[in-house]
Amino acid sequence: MVSRRGHGIGVAMADINKSRRSFLSRLAALFGGLAVFEAGWIGATFLGSRRSRASLHEGPEIQVAGPVDRFEPGSVTAFREGHFYLVRLDDGGFLALHRKCPHLGCTVPWLADEQKFSCPCHASAFDIRGDLLSAPATRALELFAVRIDNGVVSVDTSTPLRRASFESQQVVRV
Amino acid sequence: MSVEKSLILHARPIRVPRRVLRFTHTFGLGGMALVLFMMLVGTGLLMIFIYEPSPERAYQSIVFMQQEILFGRLIRGVHYWSANLLIGVTAFHMLRVFLTGAFHGPRQSNWIIGLSLLFLILLSGFTGYLLPWDQISYWAVTICTEMLGYMPGMGQTLQRVILGGEEIGSATVINFYALHTIVVPLLLVALMTWHFWRVRLAGGVVVPRDSANGPRAGMDYVPYIPNLLLRELAVGLILIAFVLLVAIFFSAPLGEPANPGLSPNPAKAPWYFVGLQELLLHFHPLFAVFIIPAMVAIAIVTVPYQRYDSEVSGNWFLTRKGQSTAAIAASTALLITPLWVGLDEFVIGPGGWLPGTPPVISNGLFPCVAIAVGIVAFYLLLRKYFKASKNEAVQALFVLLAVSFMVLTVIGVWFRGAGMALVWPWQT
Repeated sequence: MVSRRGHGIGVAMADINKSRRSFLSRLAALFGGLAVFEAGWIGATFLGSRRSRASLHEGPEIQVAGPVDRFEPGSVTAFREGHFYLVRLDDGGFLALHRKCPHLGCTVPWLADEQKFSCPCHASAFDIRGDLLSAPATRALELFAVRIDNGVVSVDTSTPLRRASFESQQVVRV
Repeated sequence: MSVEKSLILHARPIRVPRRVLRFTHTFGLGGMALVLFMMLVGTGLLMIFIYEPSPERAYQSIVFMQQEILFGRLIRGVHYWSANLLIGVTAFHMLRVFLTGAFHGPRQSNWIIGLSLLFLILLSGFTGYLLPWDQISYWAVTICTEMLGYMPGMGQTLQRVILGGEEIGSATVINFYALHTIVVPLLLVALMTWHFWRVRLAGGVVVPRDSANGPRAGMDYVPYIPNLLLRELAVGLILIAFVLLVAIFFSAPLGEPANPGLSPNPAKAPWYFVGLQELLLHFHPLFAVFIIPAMVAIAIVTVPYQRYDSEVSGNWFLTRKGQSTAAIAASTALLITPLWVGLDEFVIGPGGWLPGTPPVISNGLFPCVAIAVGIVAFYLLLRKYFKASKNEAVQALFVLLAVSFMVLTVIGVWFRGAGMALVWPWQT
């Protein structure tokens, strides 16, 4: 190595060597970090796009339920493929209820005799409007958007809408 | 020295303290976990050639394996029983480490590595649970991922990432399959290697310290080969024989094929998460799946980093007084936990402890604060009345929590029937 004492050029060379070394190692760290970031980003994008493709492929999102007259007032009709119940209230309004219990995700059957949805897993109960009757669930059954065109009811099953409780503006009328 | 001898001594010490030869010193739990892991890898590697990870094919491929493949039922049984045993053995291994004070000094980081291993083993069990795609697995995974959704902030995002969509479907099976067969096992192997290496660095398993004369003074040593080696082999072989016997006489369960339209009654999480599910029946979801588990997790992670009166280790329950305070804690938990469950179920009801207030207070904040006050009072009682050292009092709290969780698990597994109502086990 170059001796530091009294040799100006030697000191300068050592400094240059030192700064070059630290510059190169910083550069290496920067490129290394960049490479890790790129690889992570590519990996996350790869897995993420797979997810959006999967959700697009699960059945038709708009389910045509049928003409309005097919559903009696005060009736509940199950649509297995769409994962929902089409409810026609006594006043003729429509609601599409997600069949999944908002407590822990069990499928909630409609008990016609007792006029309520009753969860087999933890005994949460909901009335015909999906409103919460008894705990442990903490909110009402989720809704799907209902549309009525030319007297035909259709339901958009792409995203369930969370709600705390039943409100009259949730009902879709003819 | 022969080749196999020198090979063994690369991984194991040349001499060990005579004390550690006694089976009750550690009950061989760490070694058992390793043997079970190897059996899981062996049987898993075979099943990977048969199993088809898709909702349409998964159940059929399991039925095919059990009915058409020679030894198919046995291989699946060994995998199933090893996995369940592994979770139990790991939990007891952690208890052993804690109750012999083996988390002080150079072992602090190994406590954290061990906790990570426990987490990965639970993740491994959980991701494997879905793969048979029967009613049991479908609804158990539904319930667990919905529990995750209650976590404030990121819960629902996390749930969607794990499921690969809104509900359990083909993306979920692929996610779980990849995690179960590749990602988690690789992480496990890496962490296990680190775990064992840290044990070697700390000078082998924990033995009592004699602080006056240095850690190892006056210890009687014996050669590893054959003394400890033969004992380890015996434990491993007996364990393998036991798992094989159980797998021969009790096949792994396989229910009806998964039916997303029909929830079984009752629907339960895998047994190792049933304690958490039981909490959900008593507390507001925010407390049951987030605040309480987070507090417990913080307490367990920080155990080695607390300030203690002294770093006592190597003996079961530390001291004589440690034995009696631990016994008091265990009996308290055995008494209080069922009482609490019964009180909440039959007297308090779903309205909560303070009817009229929002559920988050009535079923969450209020009972949780009451329990926290009870725990602090218990701690102070031990410290002041029983004159327990901090080591002994912290140990008693740990025993209190561990036994309470075991009681909750037992209640959830055997005492919950249709609609999750309390029943006697012989009535179901």
